[in-house]
Amino acid sequence: MKITSIKDLDAIRQACFSRLYAPDGVKVNVGMASCGIAAGAKASYDRALQEFSSKTGISISQTGCIGFCEMEPLVEIVAQGKPRMMYHHLTEDKIVEAINGYLAKDYNKKWILGQMRDPLSLLEDDIANPQAKVQPVEGFPFLEDIPFYAKQTKIALRNCGYMDPDSITEYIARKGYYAFMQTLTMVPADIIKTVKTSGLRGRGGGGFPTGIKWETCAKHSGDRYIICNADEGDPGAYMDRSILEGDPHSVLEGMLIAALAIGSKQGFIYVRNEYPLAVKRLITAIKEAEKAGLLGDNIAGTPFSFHIKISRGAGAFVCGESTALMSSLEGNVGRPRAKYVHTVEKGFRDGPSNLNNVETYANVPPIILKGGAWYASMGTANSKGTKVFSLVGKVINTGLVEVPMGINLKDIVFGIGGGVPRKKEFKAVQTGGPSGGCIPARMMDLPVDYQKLAEVGSIMGSGGMIVMDRDTCMVDLARYFLDFLKEESCGQCNPCREGIKQMLEILTNICQGNGKDGDIELLEELGVMIQRFSLCGLGTSAPNPVLTTILYFRNEYESHIRDKKCPAGVCKPLFHYEIDPETCTGCRSCAKKCPQEAITGDKKKPHSLDQSKCIKCGICYDTCKFDAIVIR
Amino acid sequence: MNSSVSEASLELDYRELDRIIEEDYQNDKENLIMILQAIQKTYNYVPKPALAYLAVKIGVPVSQIYGVATFYSTFSLEPRGRNIISICLGTACHVRGGDRIRETLEDQLQVHDGQTTSDNRFTLESVRCIGCCSLGPVIKVNEEMHGRLKPDEIKTILSRYE
Repeated sequence: MKITSIKDLDAIRQACFSRLYAPDGVKVNVGMASCGIAAGAKASYDRALQEFSSKTGISISQTGCIGFCEMEPLVEIVAQGKPRMMYHHLTEDKIVEAINGYLAKDYNKKWILGQMRDPLSLLEDDIANPQAKVQPVEGFPFLEDIPFYAKQTKIALRNCGYMDPDSITEYIARKGYYAFMQTLTMVPADIIKTVKTSGLRGRGGGGFPTGIKWETCAKHSGDRYIICNADEGDPGAYMDRSILEGDPHSVLEGMLIAALAIGSKQGFIYVRNEYPLAVKRLITAIKEAEKAGLLGDNIAGTPFSFHIKISRGAGAFVCGESTALMSSLEGNVGRPRAKYVHTVEKGFRDGPSNLNNVETYANVPPIILKGGAWYASMGTANSKGTKVFSLVGKVINTGLVEVPMGINLKDIVFGIGGGVPRKKEFKAVQTGGPSGGCIPARMMDLPVDYQKLAEVGSIMGSGGMIVMDRDTCMVDLARYFLDFLKEESCGQCNPCREGIKQMLEILTNICQGNGKDGDIELLEELGVMIQRFSLCGLGTSAPNPVLTTILYFRNEYESHIRDKKCPAGVCKPLFHYEIDPETCTGCRSCAKKCPQEAITGDKKKPHSLDQSKCIKCGICYDTCKFDAIVIR
Repeated sequence: MNSSVSEASLELDYRELDRIIEEDYQNDKENLIMILQAIQKTYNYVPKPALAYLAVKIGVPVSQIYGVATFYSTFSLEPRGRNIISICLGTACHVRGGDRIRETLEDQLQVHDGQTTSDNRFTLESVRCIGCCSLGPVIKVNEEMHGRLKPDEIKTILSRYE
């Protein structure tokens, strides 16, 4: 059926209500994003299908990722008039028992993360909460109240984990394509005005105001292009993958609205080759939208036509830069160019090109429906709305979190993230990927917005937030990022190509115990030079990880250079493991696991470690529950 | 590079190449990267004779195609092993001990990044973030992900692939 009006959307929405919120039988929703599948969700899904597909009254369905990746596989079970239960770590060996338990109202406390109080998205404020009249089960927390979710506000992630990403019907049921339908009746200038009022800034890293970008692009004549940057290259950030896998239509709708506002007939999604599932779900979404008459020629019976083509990247970090991305879209090597002329004037095929990333586009439909002022009411003076962060590394609750701008780092890392595992000492948080910086533990009161992060030498970037504890060596981390950037530098301009290589050499020397006085100063000098004279954003931001670690962890550099010690126990030539006879209980766990058989000792007696055999693999250090293996 | 498939003996299926270039990608040079991906999927690497053929078909100098094929890290111009191990070296995996996993893999397979074992069983490739950061450290063998890895688990995992 071709959709031509809000009335058509209403009809679909009503018909789909029970499927989403009040199924006749029992509905099992398995979180099937890449991370869920990697944790065993596909096996759980298959097992449930095998057991229940022949039985009536039970349907097994897939959803995207609801964000709490640490708890995966996450499975939700729901039935009309009954609580919506979210199960965690529900692997294939447990899923049948969990479903049978749900049927018998015998809920297994150990497996349940919480019950959902309100499954509606923030756009569905015109209908009553279907769970409102359901009696909650005592003794189970509400999902919305557990620390991981309590401080979150889901706008970009509004549908991830709440619907089947392959179903346009379910997207519409959660008020999808309503914003687009509304913009079809608006003049382009008003759409742009709404986006400008919202204060939305680019979520991919640059943070350029989206409305102004749209406005500038619309002013230039020629064939205009709408491009979505889905080349999420920052290691440690995966919110774009999650949105594409969990809610692809929201990105298509955002692009459609941009196309209307700017006046474009052709869109492109440049997606990483490392994200095969995202590509698959996008292809399905585009086909479904075309079938519904929401993409293609004469959309919704109007003269407006818009096509979207998917283009796959091939593993080049620099292609996240706008001019490099457009060069790659044209089938060329992804090398950036100097931006005397911006891409909004001359970009892809030399036409005016508007490039936003996945998360930015996903934010657009709610802004249209609820108004620019609503979005701008959240956040800080210069950073409005919410931002999705991927909270990973040495943190208990890893996952994707969407929080209002201005929340402080402590609330994210400790409030939502639950702090560092095994109560180890928290050292720093790294934001902004290889272009960002490390923020030390003492600055945890810092409110997170574009400006504040820049003030401490880091950036918002695409939202990667990597938590580090005492076992992370900051010198090694700086070396790691430069090694990454050396590989990914396109090689075009001298400062980046040669400068990064020189900095990396110095850092490698320091990590190997060959550092010398003056190295730190040399790194600083080189860093400033690369920042000032590189051609594109990759080079100008490349020294950030080094400069911020020098700024906040200079003592670690000094102990590497002067004392030839790596306090974190990472740089192998600069430390050795010892067994503390006072704390060693003689449990033999480490001895059993040592691949070199370097650990000896009788049961219940302190063990000893033969340094000549030890290869510093760290297995004993990770295994010991009593912290008896010490770094010296 | 050890390989049982030598370039000279490789017979390219030109009808299959034509299908990829003409039908799937309409001889469009803007699709060059995706054409190369499809070729790599067919042969498990990008055979050099295919580059020359492609140059004629889409009207792009072979030097330029070679430039593209060597610029992007996805492409391999050398034959690869039966199983591709992608080790994630993203930041989250790095701080959770990804380097130790890499060392263990290199040690057990006796190859370095980008190399293939002498029996053609495995090719080891490093990738920068697969986007499964919450499960770090992660490796991907062919299409299968293995997360929350410890170095002592590597041997068992590798034994599952022939």
